[in-house]
Amino acid sequence: MQETILEARHLKKYFPTSKGMLHAVDDVSFRIGRGETLGLVGESGCGKSTTGRVILRLLEATSGEILFDGTDICKLSKAQMREKRKDMQIIFQDPYSSIDPRKAVFEIIEEPLRVKRVCKTKQELAERVYELMELAGLSKRYINAYPHELDGGRRQRVGIARALALNPKFIVLDEPVSALDVSIQAQVLNLLQRRQEEMGLTYLFISHDLSVVKHISDHIAVMYLGQIVEYGDYQSIFKNPLHPYTKALLSAIPLPRIDLERNQILLEGDVASPIDPKPGCRFAGRCRYKTELCTKAEPEYTEYETGHFAACHCCKD
Amino acid sequence: MEEKRNLLEIKDLVVQYVTDEAVICAVNGLNLSLGHGETLGLVGETGAGKTTTAKSVLRILPDPPAKIQSGEILVDGTNLLALTEKEMRKIRGNKISMIFQDPMTSLNPVLTVGDQIAEVIMLHQAKSKKEAYRLAGDMLELVGIERSRSKDYPHQFSGGMKQRVVIAIALACNPEILIADEPTTALDVTIQAQVLALMKELQEKYRTSLLMITHDLGIVADICDYVAIIYAGTIVEYGTKEQIFLNRFHPYTKGLFNCIPDIMRDDNRLIPIDGLMPDPGNLPEGCAFCERCPEAMDCCKNGMPDQKEIEPGHFVRCFLPYKEG
Repeated sequence: MQETILEARHLKKYFPTSKGMLHAVDDVSFRIGRGETLGLVGESGCGKSTTGRVILRLLEATSGEILFDGTDICKLSKAQMREKRKDMQIIFQDPYSSIDPRKAVFEIIEEPLRVKRVCKTKQELAERVYELMELAGLSKRYINAYPHELDGGRRQRVGIARALALNPKFIVLDEPVSALDVSIQAQVLNLLQRRQEEMGLTYLFISHDLSVVKHISDHIAVMYLGQIVEYGDYQSIFKNPLHPYTKALLSAIPLPRIDLERNQILLEGDVASPIDPKPGCRFAGRCRYKTELCTKAEPEYTEYETGHFAACHCCKD
Repeated sequence: MEEKRNLLEIKDLVVQYVTDEAVICAVNGLNLSLGHGETLGLVGETGAGKTTTAKSVLRILPDPPAKIQSGEILVDGTNLLALTEKEMRKIRGNKISMIFQDPMTSLNPVLTVGDQIAEVIMLHQAKSKKEAYRLAGDMLELVGIERSRSKDYPHQFSGGMKQRVVIAIALACNPEILIADEPTTALDVTIQAQVLALMKELQEKYRTSLLMITHDLGIVADICDYVAIIYAGTIVEYGTKEQIFLNRFHPYTKGLFNCIPDIMRDDNRLIPIDGLMPDPGNLPEGCAFCERCPEAMDCCKNGMPDQKEIEPGHFVRCFLPYKEG
């Protein structure tokens, strides 16, 4: 793996609710190498977006460390953190609600530049905005357009231009293409990959769509109910999935192929509640390989092949 | 094509949304047919006119602004568009049912799920209240929910279970045609797999004809017999699943397949379709796909290509010459 740029150690985020403590993120650790993409997959409610937000301190972690370039950003003061945010950006899922409807494209993209006083003259600012629009593949004629005049793909490009404005090192992409049509999705994915190669960006790519994640990621972490159940490079996850949940998830993807025979694993039931989860493996209730041990002890996160981890009592054999 | 008797036949359907500012041509001369017990996948992107087509079959388009300008929708030879509203009500939920995309909004939050299933049964079948509620319980069991939960309200169910309730309502009167509008888009993949398996099982059991509206070619591969690709309100390619998946012809169909990431392949870059779908308020004169088409010719700009049959049962709307093999 490349030199680590971001490392999360035993990250926890709990939300108090009237019914008890909601364990949104429960002891999550991972590393992302510089210039790489970590794909974080899971179903709705598994805590993947919360993880993305905690990493940027948009939500404060309940406990744990987040090391960015070696410094624990959880310990930074507000002012120091504001400085750090230049390097850490986020692109949101829904381009309809993540950009201000009352601002024109120019104002949206120039805002971070203005706030950080990056450009000295108006001329310089305008040039930088044009440059960013070009980087995001937005034609210049949209500079004065308002978000409602743009379609989903172009809005997402505005979000991308805004995220790139301060030359970040690391970007959290929270389901950036889920709201887009497939033909537009492919355009945006290609754009993200090209910018990554040119600018040496590091991505945390959060998605529920395994095929998209496989396409863009170097490493993949599979999340279930607040925990990472399997981690590995994209090939080992797809060729040799270890955790029963990963296996089920892979087999549940509808493939656009009719020339393959597939054995689908259908999971019974729904995701359990993350509020005060029972001890033992979180997946046990839906798992076909469940043993007595699974309901008693939490499985340990073990390295089965080099760089391929899973947390399961049953996947040793 | 030799005329076989189809259960549902849509002929030259034109639907427009007429507002003071513009006329939006959502569906432009669409032809579609669905045989007994068959599953047809209607595939297209946002704004292609999929949902508008489905809603015109049930005549539940909001009018105004929507207007069915011309065309015929024949079910067993009866033109639905010529029926009175009273006659139409007997068909909805009885002969033709629909499953909507979002189970969170298609159920009534202040009625129990039992009430909602029994309602359809009482409306269309001469059953007593008690009998209707018993049948409602049966329907719940059929979709894999315990009978005892019929007294629960929609918010007490998860998304996947809500969609099962919607399916139970849709199938309660044993319809001949089921229209499913992106029934699993709002669900997680593992739940989606459960719901699709259930739909497939029930469809085989009751020989219901299914019109499956989706943007996901994976789902089509899973459950459909026939596929229709819709673009800007017209069917650009139609054929059996094998024809579309193994011998697709229209550049748009090819483009669609190219831009989905395939987990079976290790490709580095996707091949997107350039540009955007034309504004349905301002459609080009020629082929609607012309501007994004990598193989466009001069003639494409001038007129809409006619539908041609390139192999038995495989129809395409494109000027490109077909080469065997």
